[in-house]
Amino acid sequence: MKIVVCVKHVPDIQSERTIGDDGRVVRDGGDGTLNELDENAIEAALVLAETHGGEVVVLTAGPADAVDAVRRGLQMGADEAVHVLDDALAGSDVFGTAAVLAAAIGLVEEEGPVDLVVTGMAALDGLTSMLPAALAAELGIAQLTLASAIDVVEGSDGTRVTVRRELDHATEVLSAMTPALVSVTDQANEPRYPNFKGIMAARKKAVTTFTLADLGIEPAAVGSSGSRTRVLSATARPARENRVLITDDGEAGRTLATYLVDNKLV
Amino acid sequence: MSGSPAGPVLVLLDHTADGMLRPAVLELLTLARGLAPDAVVEGAWVGGDPGPALGELGEQGLVSVHHLDVGVAEPHLTPVVAQALGALVTATGARLVLGVSSFENKEVAARLGVATGAGVVTDASGLELDDDGAAVADKTVFAGTWNTRCVVTAPVAVVLLKANAVQAEPASLVTSPAVVEHVVEIGELALRQTLVERTERAGSGRPELGAAQVVVVGGRGTNGDFGPVEALADLLGGAVGATRVATDEGWIAHDAQIGQTGVTVAPRLYIGAGVSGAVHHRGGMQSAGTIVAVNSDPEAPIFEIADLGIVGDLFVVLPQAIEELRRLRG
Ligand SMILES: Cc1cc2nc3c(=O)[nH]c(=O)nc-3n(C[C@H](O)[C@H](O)[C@H](O)COP(=O)(O)OP(=O)(O)OC[C@H]3O[C@@H](n4cnc5c(N)ncnc54)[C@H](O)[C@@H]3O)c2cc1C
Repeated sequence: MKIVVCVKHVPDIQSERTIGDDGRVVRDGGDGTLNELDENAIEAALVLAETHGGEVVVLTAGPADAVDAVRRGLQMGADEAVHVLDDALAGSDVFGTAAVLAAAIGLVEEEGPVDLVVTGMAALDGLTSMLPAALAAELGIAQLTLASAIDVVEGSDGTRVTVRRELDHATEVLSAMTPALVSVTDQANEPRYPNFKGIMAARKKAVTTFTLADLGIEPAAVGSSGSRTRVLSATARPARENRVLITDDGEAGRTLATYLVDNKLV
Repeated sequence: MSGSPAGPVLVLLDHTADGMLRPAVLELLTLARGLAPDAVVEGAWVGGDPGPALGELGEQGLVSVHHLDVGVAEPHLTPVVAQALGALVTATGARLVLGVSSFENKEVAARLGVATGAGVVTDASGLELDDDGAAVADKTVFAGTWNTRCVVTAPVAVVLLKANAVQAEPASLVTSPAVVEHVVEIGELALRQTLVERTERAGSGRPELGAAQVVVVGGRGTNGDFGPVEALADLLGGAVGATRVATDEGWIAHDAQIGQTGVTVAPRLYIGAGVSGAVHHRGGMQSAGTIVAVNSDPEAPIFEIADLGIVGDLFVVLPQAIEELRRLRG
């Protein structure tokens, strides 16, 4: 089984995150990290490859320091890494990104068919959670999204993937034959930490770099020029005013009740 | 700021299996009516019979409801919904599609974007049309710490709005909506996955978490006893929420989880008890109107964003607050 995991390099969720005058997330290195939920995606792929045999390729599209995200994947145990690196990618929206990742997966397929594409359920940098479904549509493969549990059964007629997912109002079980895209939630597993052996082994693994030209994608189709939305303004939310912090002296419950009544919150 | 979009504004009418509208849809209809003086708002209903909802839709002044019959295809599968909606966008010439921002609708919007070239904004907290009729949406990002405003530059816009973005109000004129039937042939691509099982969650008797005006949340500090949290929620007519720790521990169902990987809430009042305020949790509640936190640790990060912070034991503070509220209300 060949599994491609799509990952993203994002500003660390615990850091001060900002948006520049150009309306884009500031990615000036330093505080960048592998999107946390992509660790769940890598973990899921590694477990499947360990159980069913096969190889795991980590794929990212992004600026030079985004290579850290795929390197982390290699340290966790992935076999190969691909980085789509091109200045024209800056400012891509989800549809540009999906087109780029789909084309890159197409190139990976030249060395043998890809059975599964795995992603995290969302990138925690305030974007849209839409990439998994958009990528499945681009690739024309089944979409098994928001998996909190994944089951793979190899049969004589092919490989069937079944996932359980929790939605706003319901729990669902979805199933499809491969090739399929699976996106995973933080409930799916507990991502492993790279161990010393993994870190040493990753040093010997090469990262393949593709440009947009390699993918046959016109620069104008992606990046800011291809984006279907444009940020008009971005401002840090002002801190809440008139905040009150009290310590319970035996009366705080009553203070809380009065506060709710006085502020017409009840 | 109110150029009108060409074609109707389509509102995706999320509904339960027995044909009842999800409450947040009424907010979308209210918002859609107010977008432009001459805005034509039409509903899009996928699967089942829209009959049971027509009364409520009439109170929203809706003149027509497009019923998208997908035949034997499973109307809950998001690729099926996306294909049906795509066909309707083409048939009606709609330039703007509105939906509730839910996990499922984000998938629908993503596929609609790939199929039609539409530009999409999810998790919007507000929407206007500019002079050219383009959609301009407000959205908070980075766990609610930044406000952004963006315009959709593609010819078709899909905007998903968070619950509580506007207050639902009935239209001044009640209508009896006409149902326009469409049979949509669902293609093979949308049928590559099958729905093996779907279990709709039974209502808790409390308001729906994502749409509630008041949300009382318990975290690890409850140590598994949600009694005081539930009692306060019920007294205030609110919903009960939880942190991931509380749902992981099995103290409460996973669908109560608020945060980056759970439900996003924007109630008028959020009360957190025994919740530390981790960034993942804040991402799902920071745009609440008023934030109250009860936590025994004066250093808890939730106090950085609480309008009223109480350093204290939730098992003391909450029962006392409940007793006092009962007394004040007589
Ligand atoms: C990828 C990822 C996604 C995540 N997504 C989410 C998410 O969507 N939602 C979410 O909530 N979390 C999420 N988390 C987990 C998150 O990081 C925190 O671990 C979690 O929110 C903490 O929950 P808590 O506040 O209940 O527990 P803790 O952080 O342990 O806090 C418990 C608090 O209770 C207080 N306390 C203890 N006893 C009492 C008492 N008697 N009275 C008053 N206060 C008391 C303590 O002082 C403490 O501050 C995610 C984590 C990851 C890695």
